[in-house]
Amino acid sequence: MSLPSDPSSNRAAAPGLSRRSFLQGSALATAGAAVLGVASSMTADAESDPDRDLRLVGLEAVSMTLNVNGTARILQIEPRMTLAETLRGPMELTGTKIACNRGSCSACTVWLDGAPVCACMMLTIDVGARNVTTIEGLAQHDKLHPVQAAFIEHDALQCGFCTPGMVMSCAALLNRLPHPSAADVHAAISGHVCRCGTYPHVIAATLAAAAPSDG
Amino acid sequence: MGAGGNTRTEGFPSGIVGVGLAEIERQIPLDEPPPLAPNAALAVIGKSIPRHNGRAKVTGAIRYTVDVTLPGMLYGRILRASLPHARIRALDIGAALRHPEVLAVSLVVQPGDSDAAIVRYIGAPLAAVAARSASAAEEAAALIHVDYEPLPFVVDLDEARAAGAPVVYPAAAAPRGDASGYPAPAGLPINGNVRGPAIEGRGDMAQGWAQADIVLDSDYRTEVQTHCCLEPHAILADWRPDGLTVYMSTQFTSGVRRELAQAFGLPLNDVRVIVDGMGGGFGSKSMLGNYGRIAVGLSRQARAPVRIVLDRAEEQVDSGNRPGTWQRLRIGARRDGSLTAISLSGYGTAGVGLGAGLGNMAQALYVCPNFGAAQHDVFTNAGPGCAMRGPGNTPGAWGLEQSIDELAERLALDPLALRDRIDPSAARREERRIGAERIGWRRRQPPGADRGPVKRGLGVAQSLWGANVQTNSACEVRLMRDGSLEVLSSVQDIGTGITTVLAQVVAEVFGRPPEAIRVRIGDTEFPAGPPSHGSRTTASITPPARTAAWRVLQALLRDVAPALNVAAADLIARDGRILVRDRPDHGMRFEEAAALLRTDRISEVAARSDDYGGFRHRMGDSAQALEDLGGVQFAEVAVDTETGVIRVERVVAIQDCGRPMNPLQIESQVQGGVLMGISYALFENRIIDRHTGRMVNPNLEQYKVIGPRETPAIEVIALENYHGQSATDAYGIAEPANIATAPAIGNAVYNAIGVRLRNLPMTPAAVLAALGKLPARG
Repeated sequence: MSLPSDPSSNRAAAPGLSRRSFLQGSALATAGAAVLGVASSMTADAESDPDRDLRLVGLEAVSMTLNVNGTARILQIEPRMTLAETLRGPMELTGTKIACNRGSCSACTVWLDGAPVCACMMLTIDVGARNVTTIEGLAQHDKLHPVQAAFIEHDALQCGFCTPGMVMSCAALLNRLPHPSAADVHAAISGHVCRCGTYPHVIAATLAAAAPSDG
Repeated sequence: MGAGGNTRTEGFPSGIVGVGLAEIERQIPLDEPPPLAPNAALAVIGKSIPRHNGRAKVTGAIRYTVDVTLPGMLYGRILRASLPHARIRALDIGAALRHPEVLAVSLVVQPGDSDAAIVRYIGAPLAAVAARSASAAEEAAALIHVDYEPLPFVVDLDEARAAGAPVVYPAAAAPRGDASGYPAPAGLPINGNVRGPAIEGRGDMAQGWAQADIVLDSDYRTEVQTHCCLEPHAILADWRPDGLTVYMSTQFTSGVRRELAQAFGLPLNDVRVIVDGMGGGFGSKSMLGNYGRIAVGLSRQARAPVRIVLDRAEEQVDSGNRPGTWQRLRIGARRDGSLTAISLSGYGTAGVGLGAGLGNMAQALYVCPNFGAAQHDVFTNAGPGCAMRGPGNTPGAWGLEQSIDELAERLALDPLALRDRIDPSAARREERRIGAERIGWRRRQPPGADRGPVKRGLGVAQSLWGANVQTNSACEVRLMRDGSLEVLSSVQDIGTGITTVLAQVVAEVFGRPPEAIRVRIGDTEFPAGPPSHGSRTTASITPPARTAAWRVLQALLRDVAPALNVAAADLIARDGRILVRDRPDHGMRFEEAAALLRTDRISEVAARSDDYGGFRHRMGDSAQALEDLGGVQFAEVAVDTETGVIRVERVVAIQDCGRPMNPLQIESQVQGGVLMGISYALFENRIIDRHTGRMVNPNLEQYKVIGPRETPAIEVIALENYHGQSATDAYGIAEPANIATAPAIGNAVYNAIGVRLRNLPMTPAAVLAALGKLPARG
């Protein structure tokens, strides 16, 4: 979540989600409105006066551009909508799953500028200009991501409902750490709940996906 | 089937691979295929074929019920009771009806003086709305005003049994039960909140106790476990004048169709139930359910498709659960270990529902001539229980298998040696041998032997589960003139992998690669398949799939034989070709053969015939094979006696499912059973505040479910055990893989610390209390 007072909130920065910023956003969202961070290029003097680039939006839908899987789309978004709802609803990207809707199972994991986040815990309007990658955007054309291929080979899925989120977390891990240990994989998926019990095969698959040439 | 002399004699492989295979003669129907060879001789069956829908699942392409939308679809929302026991004096739906986005409002309870005005648990449905958006539906449901008359309530099993406890049901209003659950046969007496006893027995108990040199008398407790399917319960109902179509996350498409037809007075052929991706059920999605009925009613009322998806809190309070139990188990034995008597007294609670018994572990796992059980359901003001992975036998095993462990110690016998004496199953004997070797059973020390604060232990426990078969199971196989093949059934793939297994079965018959078989299932437009519960899917649907495929192949060979100048009986299908049996160079490609078909498509439908050799037991569409399924699990734990934390480090699971169809998928499913068992043993507990009747952890973070960090190394070995009982000789795996885990851990914990924990879950506080480091909880 990018707060307007945070000058580092550009695409290169790690999109961390602080508890404070989340609470601020969600409290406003509950009231039916939210604060939208306007791109800093539009407000040159933002740093001197953080309030200058705040504007109140809602209750009605607002127009925004959402960058998902390499494509920019203009959407009318109710400020209270979570990213998970927007992806599954207007974007029709139903690969992202909602299972707990409160950040405790990670089934809704997508990437925000390459880092895994729970899409159920983020308001769509807070995505701003950052790039969202969903499970539908992971394969390059018809070529599966190595983690996806390894999940199939190692049967790292059963009912499959947690699988998209699990794949996104494991693929993000390999981006960050091309040769992880089993403990690294445990840590990377420690927020995920899989009721079918695929964890052992998920770990095996992710290690296998990492094993071959990393150039 | 096969009656009237339309049978032939065939010799089938029989026995356990590695122990000894013999041939057994069976009479089989003339129109069923010849015996299937042991897996080693097969091309596709018994091999670790990658999951058919794996690509769709890892790319997010597969459509679950929650992903399906229809034009004009409305969103349903259920208003639920906020008191655990109350009479609803009035429900004012006026404001909800006036909401501009609402198209239908329906009442679930009938306010007034009758029993239909009583709600008996927090979360019970009161009314429902259908609106143009999910948020509007939520808003409108909140506009319904409920006038409650609070009634006294009880949520605790022990308190509900006590004299003078608030009564959940007047006797006339209590559920009547049926014969499908433990211990819920119809017609049992009700006294206060206690329904029963359901009595079972054999032999002479007095004589059994008199013959005993030693009697163990212990009680055990298990807490309520919730299913926590990742995909919530979900339905999209589309009521139209020409018929009802329902998309539903269900374990039983054809069962839901039957329920819908009955509930709404429709002929079966006006109802269609569809499921593609299915995000887990574990027993909780076998029925239409109150939400399903509500969604269809709203769709009929609003004349538009209506979707209801439960949220996680609704899942936790009103989508079923594994009942909590208390049992007192007494076991009498001679010094040589032979059992003389077992008595089981059980009280369990499925909330406002029935079926909280302890299964047939104590009754049937071991040889014991004298047995007596008295089991009771106890009503409480909590959401209804339902089947959950190994219902009955899972809490039953928690008690029995710890008592057997205790008995071995008292008799100074190794727990495996004792079981060798009293367990009649040849399969489990072999499983014990394999498992002892794998886990390194010889390393096992006396209880509490480790000196440091972290103590290690080894434990073992066994499972028993019926080899269930749904005789009402059918399958169609089609061959097209271009050689393409498809298999069709209403059976659903709930994540266990039957899609892949069906492809394997058909591929084996035609000598084709499994990925060439199109599998079309999860739709009642196709021949009626079995439910995916009771570990019966594979046993029920793979034999008719092979039979139908074999009949199609016979038809193809008849059309091909003239072209090759041989008799059809001399032709075989192998490696993508149709060949003359003894002249493998003489033949043609499969596609060339298919091109000789007289019509564009040929097809056969086959139904599940009775097991060759007969069933042991049968009721309606459900039957049980002659032999039960067994499993043995070994656990290695480390218990930190300073923090009370139990860490399961390793589990070895050896399971029997007859012929293993796909070892990789079996490994997945057994790992899942073991992990659910560890979770049951250490973490899971639905906590209801006894002062408010409210579940305090209706989510996935305070309701603790095992995660990756608690996952141990799990080794899975599937026995290859042939009986010659069907066209595939395959049986189920899901439930037996879950039953033995918790007691294996309990026994390992005892072995580690020398103190036995008899109540679930074995939390750090419970461990410290058992060690005398904390006061026990009242």
